[in-house]
Amino acid sequence: MYSYSQFDKDFIAERNKQFRAQVERRIDGSLTETEFKPLRLMNGLYLQLHAYMLRVAIPYGTLRSSQMRQLAMIAEKFDKGYGHFTTRQNIQFNWPKLRDVPDILDALAEVEMHAIQTSGNCVRNVTSDHFAGAAADEIEDPRPTAELLRQWSTDHPEFAFLGRKFKIAVVGSETDRAVTKAHDIGLRMVRGADGEAGYEVIVGGGLGRTPMVGKVIRDFLPAEDLLPYVESILQVYNRLGRRDNKYKARIKITVHENGLDVIRDEVEKAFVLQRQAFGGYDQELYASIKEAFAPPAFIDAPLDAFYAAQNADASFRSFVDTNLAEHKNPDYAIVTISTKAHGKTPGDATADQMRVMADLAETYGHDELRISHEQNVILPHVHKSHLPEIYARLREAGLATANIGLISDIIACPGMDYCALATARSIPVAQQIATRFDELKLEHDIGALKIKISGCINACGHHHVGHIGILGLDRAGVENYQITLGGDHTETAAIGERAGPGFAYDEIVPAIERLIHGYLDLRSSADETFIETYRRLGAAPFKAVLYPAEQIAAE
Amino acid sequence: MAKKFTPKVLTANHLLSGDVIYWDEKGDWVGAFEDALYLDTEKLANHVLTLAEKQQDVIVGPYLADAALGPDDKPMPAHFRETFRMTGPSNYHHGKQAEA
Repeated sequence: MYSYSQFDKDFIAERNKQFRAQVERRIDGSLTETEFKPLRLMNGLYLQLHAYMLRVAIPYGTLRSSQMRQLAMIAEKFDKGYGHFTTRQNIQFNWPKLRDVPDILDALAEVEMHAIQTSGNCVRNVTSDHFAGAAADEIEDPRPTAELLRQWSTDHPEFAFLGRKFKIAVVGSETDRAVTKAHDIGLRMVRGADGEAGYEVIVGGGLGRTPMVGKVIRDFLPAEDLLPYVESILQVYNRLGRRDNKYKARIKITVHENGLDVIRDEVEKAFVLQRQAFGGYDQELYASIKEAFAPPAFIDAPLDAFYAAQNADASFRSFVDTNLAEHKNPDYAIVTISTKAHGKTPGDATADQMRVMADLAETYGHDELRISHEQNVILPHVHKSHLPEIYARLREAGLATANIGLISDIIACPGMDYCALATARSIPVAQQIATRFDELKLEHDIGALKIKISGCINACGHHHVGHIGILGLDRAGVENYQITLGGDHTETAAIGERAGPGFAYDEIVPAIERLIHGYLDLRSSADETFIETYRRLGAAPFKAVLYPAEQIAAE
Repeated sequence: MAKKFTPKVLTANHLLSGDVIYWDEKGDWVGAFEDALYLDTEKLANHVLTLAEKQQDVIVGPYLADAALGPDDKPMPAHFRETFRMTGPSNYHHGKQAEA
């Protein structure tokens, strides 16, 4: 993993010192809130419904055990004993006090973390595949690219005040686990005709009130041209992007209104100049970053204990079947730790749970942890012989729920339980769906299914790309939930189609239950997943089960 | 046409703690919605908001929130957003409701 250079350390220390002074000036009345607000947002400090909220960047979702332990310490000492992992691979603390925030930032700096550029109209935390460096289907580890982009974009003077926020995601596998097509720029690492490294560059994707699937602006960009090309895209966006209307200011609108061909031509023109300007230092940097992401020293050990536990323990077997993914080393596995025990808040982990995960990573996981955009925690490198012990420790900590990729593995934004922008709650809807299907004991029978819930149109809960999306709205002072169907967050990204009229808060879980029972009746076999059935049959039969009364009336 | 005025309470967050607070009849900031001054005229509501905006060394983000009178003639939220702000998160028992 990458470690801070002295430059990084000095930069963070200086920023923290500045912010400490800004907080003091706010408290002593020298700064008004109008003056202070942009300063606090530049350091990740929001004001939410009930309290301040500090959003801490977890670059490309990668953590060491020492960093996770420090997050646990912060949760315990400065917050209410927990943290919330988000769809941006960040962590949010929901209850910090203003006077404590400079101390929290200093504590983060001790473990090479910060909250810079987790807000504001700048390039945000670069996200990536949570299985990066471990997945069996990986072409190349995307984290060095993400780190290069992080260094390039941090405090970049030209892009500190863009028309709107700007999100970049990178993947290194055929399978897109980072929703690249819903980002302002999505980068897919590919190989050229002669095996040379490069990127497919996708631009103009995004969710929110105008959801759009990103478009390929360059089929193949040689690896060494990455920064000049990305900088060219940002320059064109900065010049052509709208600033008259916040809702039309993202690059997806710039691409849509100007047309991809115009944007491509402008980018290519800028690129000619940028390419000359970069001069090769970025490639030296990239080479040194790559060294920092060398694979761990994998161990060689017998697998007997793993196979014995699989034969002896049905619940362990279920965990293995559901929560493990294929590692590039066949003796290893990628373990996804669910933060979604039935009825719990998706993405929340207590300080104790964070410490358990840190200990497991340190003891058994080559000291690596990842946060997924699906709000779970990953141990990317686990030798299979250690799985029985890991499972036992996770169970003790309430972290062994075997539900990854299933109906209760729901993305839910904080919604109106915390967020000042929300129009309705999302977490309780997720809790109730998970609890209900656990009671019905149908979860494993239903199989692979992505439910994603947002509590407002900004779509932090990715509802547009859920197989079943749920959007909470305020309809005349009452919570109301719209369902979308057929969304896809992967390399075959698609925006879900709205099913029909919304449902009241107490109707939404029964509606989902009808939908699922309908799917179980409609599927051709137990192997046909919800999304496959939807693609085979279209929306009509699903709408019929969602709106039975309207169906009868129509007949 | 101007929107018809509906009764309000004045609310904000505390500068240091971030806690949700309300303006009471003495002009103090209090933690309970039901102790807030019920602002039943637009003139009074705007006047109190102007006063609050001068207290930025104590509070953040003052605004007028819709309110109604409950059965005991005490103010209560008129919109569910304010109910959550008054109580705390509904996903589990913590925040304001746990500290009352």
